[in-house]
Amino acid sequence: MTVRLDAKAPNGPIETRWSRHKAAIKMVAPSNRRKHEIIVVGSGLAGAAAAASLGEMGYQVKCFCFQDSPRRAHSIAAQGGINSAKNYQNDNDSIWRLFYDTIKGGDFRAREANVYRLAEVSLDIIDQAVAQGVPFAREYGGHLANRSFGGAQVSRTFYARGQTGQQLLLGAYQALSRQIDIGTVRMFSRTEMLDLIRIDQKARGIVTRDLVTGRLEAHVADCVVLGTGGYGNVFYLSTNAKGSNCTAILRAYRHGALFANPCYTQIHPTCIPQSGEYQSKLTLMSESLRNDGRVWVPKSPEDCDKDPRLIQEEARDYFLERKYPAFGNLVPRDIASRAAKAVCDEGRGVGPLINGQRRGVYLDFADALRRLGHTAVEERYGNLFQMYERITGEDPYEVPMRIYPAVHYTMGGLWVDYNLMTTVEGLFSIGEANFSDHGANRLGASALMQGLADGYFILPYTLPNYLASSELRPVAEDHPEAQRALQEVQAGIHKLMSAPSPKYGPDWFHRKLGHILWEHCGMGRTATGLRQALKEIPTLRDQFWSEIKITTDPQHINPTLEKAGRVADFLELAELMCIDALHREESCGGHFREEHQSPEGEAKRNDASFSYVAAWQYSGNLAYPTLHREPLAFESVTPSKRSYK
Amino acid sequence: MSLLRLTLHVWRQASANEPGSFQTYQANNVNEHMSFLEMLDVVNEELIEAGQDPIAFEHDCREGICGACGMVINGVPHGPQRATTTCQLHMRHFTDGQELWIEPWRARAFPVLKDLVVDRSAFDRIIDAGGFISVRTGSAPEANSTRVPKHDAESSMDAASCIGCGACVAACPNASAHLFVAAKVGHLGVLPQGQPERHDRVRRMLIQHDAEVFGNCTNHGECEAACPKEISVNWIARMNRDFLKANLIAPKLPKNT
Repeated sequence: MTVRLDAKAPNGPIETRWSRHKAAIKMVAPSNRRKHEIIVVGSGLAGAAAAASLGEMGYQVKCFCFQDSPRRAHSIAAQGGINSAKNYQNDNDSIWRLFYDTIKGGDFRAREANVYRLAEVSLDIIDQAVAQGVPFAREYGGHLANRSFGGAQVSRTFYARGQTGQQLLLGAYQALSRQIDIGTVRMFSRTEMLDLIRIDQKARGIVTRDLVTGRLEAHVADCVVLGTGGYGNVFYLSTNAKGSNCTAILRAYRHGALFANPCYTQIHPTCIPQSGEYQSKLTLMSESLRNDGRVWVPKSPEDCDKDPRLIQEEARDYFLERKYPAFGNLVPRDIASRAAKAVCDEGRGVGPLINGQRRGVYLDFADALRRLGHTAVEERYGNLFQMYERITGEDPYEVPMRIYPAVHYTMGGLWVDYNLMTTVEGLFSIGEANFSDHGANRLGASALMQGLADGYFILPYTLPNYLASSELRPVAEDHPEAQRALQEVQAGIHKLMSAPSPKYGPDWFHRKLGHILWEHCGMGRTATGLRQALKEIPTLRDQFWSEIKITTDPQHINPTLEKAGRVADFLELAELMCIDALHREESCGGHFREEHQSPEGEAKRNDASFSYVAAWQYSGNLAYPTLHREPLAFESVTPSKRSYK
Repeated sequence: MSLLRLTLHVWRQASANEPGSFQTYQANNVNEHMSFLEMLDVVNEELIEAGQDPIAFEHDCREGICGACGMVINGVPHGPQRATTTCQLHMRHFTDGQELWIEPWRARAFPVLKDLVVDRSAFDRIIDAGGFISVRTGSAPEANSTRVPKHDAESSMDAASCIGCGACVAACPNASAHLFVAAKVGHLGVLPQGQPERHDRVRRMLIQHDAEVFGNCTNHGECEAACPKEISVNWIARMNRDFLKANLIAPKLPKNT
């Protein structure tokens, strides 16, 4: 397949690009909309918002999720908030400033036109959510309240306690529910997409497995939308929900959709540190905690095992405030994460020794408790404190929290043009499943914004343009291509179930893969480490196919089979991530190549050579994908050294 | 750090149509920092390696917010710790040598699908019936044009914290889902945006509730005690008032269109 990367991003004044684009694209008349069937995979913020919006517009939508209910998509776990350039605080916020902060936060590796559009529609998202009944925090006059978040000098984050993602998702889910009742959306819960169906080079359907009965089915439609989230679970230990996976986007990659910037992984600085080898996931504490919590470690390694309350002020190193006085504890996530890793690597980490190292820094609320009082702190962060106490058995009102960076969000994903369409015609990708908008690092409170922007306000305009301008001959589930995809999935399951010398369950392999990736493609990467990973991953993959053990039959609920399929795909994606990380000879955002840093240890970008999106095409051989470059043009902002000092 | 040895009696049921029974497993070397689900993960890996069928249970975010997990542990939904989901229940709350009885939610409206996995789609159908505010995408008024008193926003958020896990149903002697419905009715009903459909919403949701064969509320209060998000039974009283008013004074609307 020849690929021509055409971003289709409009030119001209950036402020009017989206409105001019909307005015120029084609539409589908209301009476024709019900003739079109659309498949939406995923029911998180992006998927639910898209399915609800398209259903309401009059299209026939089929929506799929692997959970028992669309309300359980992982968007629900986002805690801190959602950004919008409303400038309610009168603190000089604007669409321009949100755009600029996002471009800069992403280390100048995002597409300008997309990011500006995101900032622009961020205003509408808050209106929409409030109208749906999202109970955002309010001020006494009844107006919306805001707080600040990392990477910004304004307060533009809207929040609903520490449960913003939950509330926004419930808003989208309820809008979806309304459409399900009306009949415009058919919901398929406990149903997992296992392959894409391509007919005449166009995405025309998917193959699914019913997770209760094991039944495989082909579903056809006029186009397919993937809103299946990110792939951070490739690391095994991450803040992602256990079920989050890369299967849908990886299958799309194998069908010719380009995978962009796979190595861009965001490491979130405020997670609860790991407590042991049995651990299944890491728990995030909202970044909003850094508004009032002060991050520190002892100045001297001898103090690291002492009760922190007994360590005097002068013996503490408030390293973020020291190194980055302008932003202090509110520096962006990549900066805060690396700074925390650096002090732990110096031997000044706190908490229990795991494999001979203390991996934790304090997040201390003692000052905030003195300044604001117990009640105010509880009002702001009560549920987060409670969650921390549950997990660690320590009371953060009494002793400082311990935090450490963890894998959180993946900025890479399927390459999409300005219309959110991948390089496979009729295949769209929205939310975290695509690569757009965040560049090499995502600012806090921007993931919810992007998911909803794509689902409510962008795809409902750009997808009809595709329907109106494409020739789509009718196809049915018995089409040879659909049947071929169905048989391939069947064969894949059979292969998983019949390994020659079955020995271990999927978690065993997943943990091994996670170790390799965290070690060599985690917070710090080197050419040597990545080459090592590229040797280890294929070996582990071979071992997986020879020793994977699944003990229940595939015609029943079979979580082992589900996991095994997902791990098989992670094992392929992991290789692509390392290939991408190895080729990008620079440091930017979440991608920190240790060979490329300033004498002070800050990331050193190489704009002359790497100011592009790396979009990889499956070549038939996992080890040798073909690289396509989308050059990034910065017309509205000038790439500068990211400084938060 | 101490290690625990536990005896687990787990409900095993191959499918909805087959009878189930308790089976006993030994969990040795249980680290006190493990979550309850991590303890089951370890048991399951051992079962797989021994060639047996692992215990099916639901889980996803493991942060106490998605509502997927949930099992009855020694007779208490989500286990012995108050206001805690099973994924957030840590093994430090158990003692060495303890016996645990682990069962699925028991309710006619939540048929067992396998082992500890039940079908909670009835909750979705209740929301489909009216648990929303009807608003078109993209044409909402400016957010600050709808002012919401701080107290109402907070109160709404208290109800909106419901994670739809179903513990209230499992705890109720009548298997009633009134706390779940009341939480949604309350969340939307205290906000100005929720007023136009307020009475119709409660009526539709409760009609669907009954159609799903959930039982009625007889004020036991077990739901509140079991709720991992501490949703108050006061919301049920409020829902009942709305329902009464809806039937007495509010006009009946046609089916949702």
